[in-house]
Amino acid sequence: MKEIVIISGKGGTGKTSITASFAVLGGRDVIVADCDVDAADMHLLLQPQHIKSEDFCSGELAVIDQDLCIQCGKCFDVCRFDAIEVTDNIHEVDELSCEGCGYCARVCPVEAITNIPLNVGKWHISNIKTGSKMVHAKLGIGADNSGKLVAKVKNEAKLIADTESKKIILVDGSPGVGCPVVSSLTGASFVVLVTEPSVSGLHDLKRVYELVAKFRLKAGCIINKADINPKVSKEIKEFLQTENIIHIADLPYDEDFTKAMTNGQTIVEFSDGSLTNTIKESWKTILEIL
Amino acid sequence: MKIAIASGKGGTGKTTLSTNLASYLAQTEKVVLTDLDVEEPNSGLFLKYELLHSEDKFKMIPQWNDSACTLCGNCQKVCNYHAVIQIMDSIMVFPELCHSCYACSELCPTNSLPMIPKKMGELKHGTTGQFDFIESRLVIGEEQAVPLINQTLKYVDQKFDNSYIKIFDSPPGTSCPVIEATKDADYIILITEPTPFGLNDVILAVDTMKELKKEFGIVINRYGIGNNEIIEYCNKHNIPILAKIPNSRKIAETYSKGELLYDKFPDVKEELAKIASHILDIKTRIV
Repeated sequence: MKEIVIISGKGGTGKTSITASFAVLGGRDVIVADCDVDAADMHLLLQPQHIKSEDFCSGELAVIDQDLCIQCGKCFDVCRFDAIEVTDNIHEVDELSCEGCGYCARVCPVEAITNIPLNVGKWHISNIKTGSKMVHAKLGIGADNSGKLVAKVKNEAKLIADTESKKIILVDGSPGVGCPVVSSLTGASFVVLVTEPSVSGLHDLKRVYELVAKFRLKAGCIINKADINPKVSKEIKEFLQTENIIHIADLPYDEDFTKAMTNGQTIVEFSDGSLTNTIKESWKTILEIL
Repeated sequence: MKIAIASGKGGTGKTTLSTNLASYLAQTEKVVLTDLDVEEPNSGLFLKYELLHSEDKFKMIPQWNDSACTLCGNCQKVCNYHAVIQIMDSIMVFPELCHSCYACSELCPTNSLPMIPKKMGELKHGTTGQFDFIESRLVIGEEQAVPLINQTLKYVDQKFDNSYIKIFDSPPGTSCPVIEATKDADYIILITEPTPFGLNDVILAVDTMKELKKEFGIVINRYGIGNNEIIEYCNKHNIPILAKIPNSRKIAETYSKGELLYDKFPDVKEELAKIASHILDIKTRIV
């Protein structure tokens, strides 16, 4: 079983549109894992029918029992997250700031503080139109622990791939270089970097590749909107060459990306023009590399 | 006053709006722009600035000192993040899991886990001549953006009083880094694009801002592409649309070179003026 992880550093470069197209091309052989859990969009293109949904609990939240609290202020003194708010000597926990370390509960002399488990989101297993399955999730508003939810989504996808003897897991990652991205890279067989030739596209590609290199993962790159800035496009290609990153393909600036999305379709379903052909070639290239 | 620019979906124009708005407002106001997208900070790429100051930012992590340790196991017991683990007769610390809560260190009966600083990022402070610019960038491999965002906000608070308009370019998404970047703001501008992805993600961002009880408005970028559902959504929920920045390949090309837009595109300037006047109205109301 091989795991292909698609990331970009910068958001909005076309990761999800490209990943969903690959899912359609891969058909029954491919399990999809949408690991962009705090702004998941893949469901808009693959129209999942939920077959299993579960809450996801991770981390804790401190709660103060006002009947027991003696207003000693010890919790306030030890909290490093400014999460204890004191108004008129009433001590309360600011839920958004609390990181669930539990230190306050340990120093409370009257055991007025308890830690309750936090429900941080929901994850689903769904049938999708490719004839295969997708694992996806929705992080609760402002929730912490997106890295752990990403790990959960990936593990569930792996379990399905194992039981159903699927060859490939396709992982759509989130932007950035922080914990959800680190979590989606863990266990990857191959990383596809989707970038665009803008100063920020190149800058973010370099940062996210530094992370990929730390994990010693093999990577390839798709340059989307490649014709929008030939100069930066060339710089990206030079960077790929220096770092031994496989240049998979150049995709043109094409509003079919948006038109397909507006139709609830992937690009390969929406059009049979040259853009679709290039995406098909890219998928073939990736399968050969694996 | 503090204005945060956020989006839900990545790549919808947060940085474009932040840099152009800062530059536009600086014609008449005192402005400081801060890039809080510490994982992938981009604002600086669009500005020519002279560096005034830079400093490393640290997070505190425990370091085991074995001389007095009795291996009582208390540190492992009190760490809710499994960042401190006792293996045989030694204590292992996993810095990437540590949230710097100090519990293991301060509850250790023999003071065997003193907290030491570990570099997590770098803060830069510069000036463009028109306005101040601050950015922080996370060291690659550091997973937690929140502590660095928090320290950057504190720096801005110390250096700039309330007479400044403080613009914060926020990270994408709706999870903890976005909350940290927006929770102290007086007003939030959510920027999106009129596509199904843009709509889906801006709804998540709107729900987040409602949860935070924030006043906010929406800017539609790449207006003209996709469909009209975002406008129907805003109308239905009484969310003000502050501006519509047109979709154009020329704009995308100018952006790709790292250039500001409003001095080259009169229609962009016109939309920017609407946002600026909305902000100045709010400023008069709250300051």
